[in-house]
Amino acid sequence: MDKYVCQICGYIYDPEQGDPESDIGPGTPFEKLPDDWVCPVCGAPKDDFEKA
Amino acid sequence: MKPVEIARGIYNVGVIDWNIRDFHGYSTECGTTYNAYLIVDEKVVLIDAVKKEFADQLLANIAAVVDPRRIDLVISNHTEMDHSGGLPRVMHAIGEEKPLYCSKMGRKNLAQHFGEKFAYQPLENGQEMEIGSRTLTFLETRMLHWPDSMFTYAKEDRILFSSDAFGQHYAGYEMFDDAVDEQMIMGQAKKYFANILLLYTAKILKLAQQITDMGLEIEMICPDHGIIWRRDPAKIINAYVDWSRQEAGKKAVVIYDTMWKSTRLMAEAIAGGIAESGVSVRPIHIRSSHRSDIITEVLDAKAVVVGSPTLNNGLFPTVADVLTYMKGLRPKNKIGAAFGSYGWSGESVKLLQEELAAMKFDVMEEGMKIQYVPQAEDLEKCREYGKTIAQKVLAQAR
Repeated sequence: MDKYVCQICGYIYDPEQGDPESDIGPGTPFEKLPDDWVCPVCGAPKDDFEKA
Repeated sequence: MKPVEIARGIYNVGVIDWNIRDFHGYSTECGTTYNAYLIVDEKVVLIDAVKKEFADQLLANIAAVVDPRRIDLVISNHTEMDHSGGLPRVMHAIGEEKPLYCSKMGRKNLAQHFGEKFAYQPLENGQEMEIGSRTLTFLETRMLHWPDSMFTYAKEDRILFSSDAFGQHYAGYEMFDDAVDEQMIMGQAKKYFANILLLYTAKILKLAQQITDMGLEIEMICPDHGIIWRRDPAKIINAYVDWSRQEAGKKAVVIYDTMWKSTRLMAEAIAGGIAESGVSVRPIHIRSSHRSDIITEVLDAKAVVVGSPTLNNGLFPTVADVLTYMKGLRPKNKIGAAFGSYGWSGESVKLLQEELAAMKFDVMEEGMKIQYVPQAEDLEKCREYGKTIAQKVLAQAR
């Protein structure tokens, strides 16, 4: 599973950890994140992310 | 500074920092202000505070309007310490139990500055609050320029309290755009944009669209630094949109440092060649300029030409400083070119090209390297090199 980096603030989405703040469980690949998921740090939408 | 009533019942109670010249590495030759706004309605509201050392002045300004203890709530649009440093003193004076409103990220970030001491009240994006005859609307503006940043909009007054956005580091008793020289203040606004907001241009374009879509009517923009925009607030919004598009005109910058004036001779010959071709250009010697002024020049330049001597097999340190700063601010759509004089090994040009490529510049394959002191024919080559750069600029500029 690939990590993805927010191009706005540099936050790295690590699928092994998920995003507990948005109730995204560990083991959720980036592709499986809901469309309305946003960067927990800066609020950027998914299309502002690039593969790390 | 005495408090000034900027609209009926709304006061700028901020302070002037006349003497600051280095604002976390940004040169503030005109000083700055930390604006804070007091709204006296059925509820008394304070929007933002000031830098810690000015907190007593802020309280004195508030006291000239109302007893600070009458403040019912505080809104923190931005956690950065030039606007929050005075909060503990203010909260102590008005009553620490009073609500401190902020964005959700502000809630987190304020706690990481001041602990859990205050009654933080996180707001939803778009949430409204009645304070008597007025309604305040809160707009999250994450990463403009911190995760906590937000705007507060006073609906009936059509006033946007825009935090750091649209600000300028300018200290003066003049409080409005119509009281200062327009070119000077737009220059300061541009410098602020280039140094603080350049890396968030994609977000700015989205925000501008969002403001248009919401039909937000804006008669006055009150930033946290510098003058208030009231003559034509659209002017600064349009300038932000324009700068954010990063569609440079026929302009280049030649940024360099030099040890024994060889790289300087090259810089001036290259700049001469660029200018001869009808592209506006200035050679900028790094140690005679400030990095924050250099990046302001980079903002609307199509080509960024960088020169460094080779020192101990590497880049000259001051050049690396500017490149590090520039890389962080992520200028877009630039042509890059590199040059430099050297004595024996001559790594600098290749290193510069790598740095510029890492910034996703369209880097000219050919660099200009000259051993020791450039002779007349070398300078001619530099001039020709400048012309080649200029042709590329002319082909791509808007």
